[in-house]
Amino acid sequence: MSITASNINKTFGDYRALIDVNLEVPEGKLVSLLGPSGSGKTTLLRILAGLEFPDDDGGGSVSFHGVDVTRTTAGKRGVGFVFQHYALFRHMTVENNVSFGLRAKPARQRPDKAAIKARVRELLQLVQLDGLQQRYPSELSGGQRQRVALARALAVEPKVLLLDEPFGALDARVRKDLRWWLRKFQEEIGITTVFVTHDQEEALELADSVVVMNNARIEQVGDPQTVYDRPASPFVYEFLGDVNRIDGLGPAGVPLYIRPHEIRLCFAAEAPVARSARVLHLFAAGPTARVTLKLDGSDRPLTVDATREQVDDMALQPGDVVGVQWPGQIERAAPPVS
Amino acid sequence: MAGIITRASSPPPPAPATSARAATAEPAWIRWLLITIGVGFLVFFLLLPLVAIFHEAFKRGVALYFATFQDQYALHAIRMTLTVAAISVPLNLLFGLAAAWAITKFTFRGKSLLVTVLDLPFAVSPVIAGLMFVLIFSTTHGWLADPLRNADIQIIFALPGIALATVFITLPFIARELIPVMQAQGRDEEYAALTLGAGGWRTFLTVTLPNVKWGLFYGVVLCNARAMGEFGAVAVVSGNIKGRTSTMPLYIETLYFEYQSAAAFALASVLSLLAVATLALKNFIEWRAARARFKA
Repeated sequence: MSITASNINKTFGDYRALIDVNLEVPEGKLVSLLGPSGSGKTTLLRILAGLEFPDDDGGGSVSFHGVDVTRTTAGKRGVGFVFQHYALFRHMTVENNVSFGLRAKPARQRPDKAAIKARVRELLQLVQLDGLQQRYPSELSGGQRQRVALARALAVEPKVLLLDEPFGALDARVRKDLRWWLRKFQEEIGITTVFVTHDQEEALELADSVVVMNNARIEQVGDPQTVYDRPASPFVYEFLGDVNRIDGLGPAGVPLYIRPHEIRLCFAAEAPVARSARVLHLFAAGPTARVTLKLDGSDRPLTVDATREQVDDMALQPGDVVGVQWPGQIERAAPPVS
Repeated sequence: MAGIITRASSPPPPAPATSARAATAEPAWIRWLLITIGVGFLVFFLLLPLVAIFHEAFKRGVALYFATFQDQYALHAIRMTLTVAAISVPLNLLFGLAAAWAITKFTFRGKSLLVTVLDLPFAVSPVIAGLMFVLIFSTTHGWLADPLRNADIQIIFALPGIALATVFITLPFIARELIPVMQAQGRDEEYAALTLGAGGWRTFLTVTLPNVKWGLFYGVVLCNARAMGEFGAVAVVSGNIKGRTSTMPLYIETLYFEYQSAAAFALASVLSLLAVATLALKNFIEWRAARARFKA
């Protein structure tokens, strides 16, 4: 089921959490809402879920597959929601957690006990937790809890899956495993999924489409490669991946943004078209070497990702003066330094 | 309210073995002094009076002790106290749940005012609380004197007045217990129930209530203890009419001033037993709650 949010505005008292937000989530896609805390991404997710509602006046609308659901409550929207800290019912067993949505159905639609039990089993098999039916949430690991939360959300056969910082509360290693597991899982069941994250790596590696948010607005929407390679704004540049900002170098004196791997190093002597810089620090991990430089006429350190071979070939040492250049910017480089 | 703090926070981490001990150790004489002061205080102000009550109650023999409970006034006072508790505890249970729910799960104008007002019964002297109700409901000079007289409703010097005063005095107990528990739990579980299609009532019964049940029991126990023991406010509104509006604490005082000290202490021993039983129940609940927290 596709999701459309049009001109969403949301204020909390005097605070504007969302300003004219437009979002389109195509059916079956995995979309990530990425942004720093306070950017409005969680509020947007909760509005999609029906846990919050847009402003009464000019708040915009939400529709699922063309049907307006702006004022429909969460329970009637058919969404599965996984909370940041999972919000498992702590006094219920895993089985009762997962079956909650089925047991809450009106009597006419409610499956019988045996059917519920079978369905719980099926769901737990899906999230690889069969056999843990009688455990309590406190007896599970973080990753297990998250998968129980997922199974619980899926029990009511939602058309849309919404996840709030799904990996936020997990430690780094479990996070990576679960990330791939979730991607595979989503592809298998083909459910339209939106997840919120503040981790750019997570968004770029996992999502079909990334929605970058900042200050209550959407800055850019695009597939991960586009968003990374062609950021639409300085914010997106700085938020996604490492970037160097060089003041006063772009057209009309605006800052220039260059990723560390886009910069090339050369000997200062070959530098008629390059700017010179002094090496402050060198660190090689694996095939790439991260070189930190002090660019002439700039106070900010400049980081460059060079190959290890190049660093060895040039026999770079801290204190050396080298030339730096970047594609497309060479004509704007400063005059040569002797 | 130390109880709230201990239950809201997680169990303390096990103390690191030797180093912390050296750092916090006081000289032996200071430790002994502190222990002596603590224990001495407890014995002198709590244990001794309690023993004295039972000693006085049984001084003239077991027969006289039980004779007290043949007295129709004493029986009436016990019945009265139980009735008042049976009215005020459920009322405050409803109010406490509603207030704690509103305060912790919603944001609205005047919320902090509600929290402050909730503490009013703790801040106001019970006698003032009693006078307040007399001022409003008295059939001779209260604000509502005329309508009450016309409708032939007696509030002051009758059961309704006593119940009202008791409800007022015990108002904060349950809400105060529930607020920190509910606050610590947040709203996510309710939201989760909502997204799974559960209605408000179902969410309350199957998610909210089980999560706060130990806090709720604890609040009820404290509320009940206070409802049975309240003296000041009840003394003002009841008029302390023997056999009609006298509750246990009031009747104990009456007996005492009528030099029937054995009877007074016999009745006092019943009230004390209730208090001890309440404390035992309270400890049991804390123990169960701690276990439940460990488990779930």
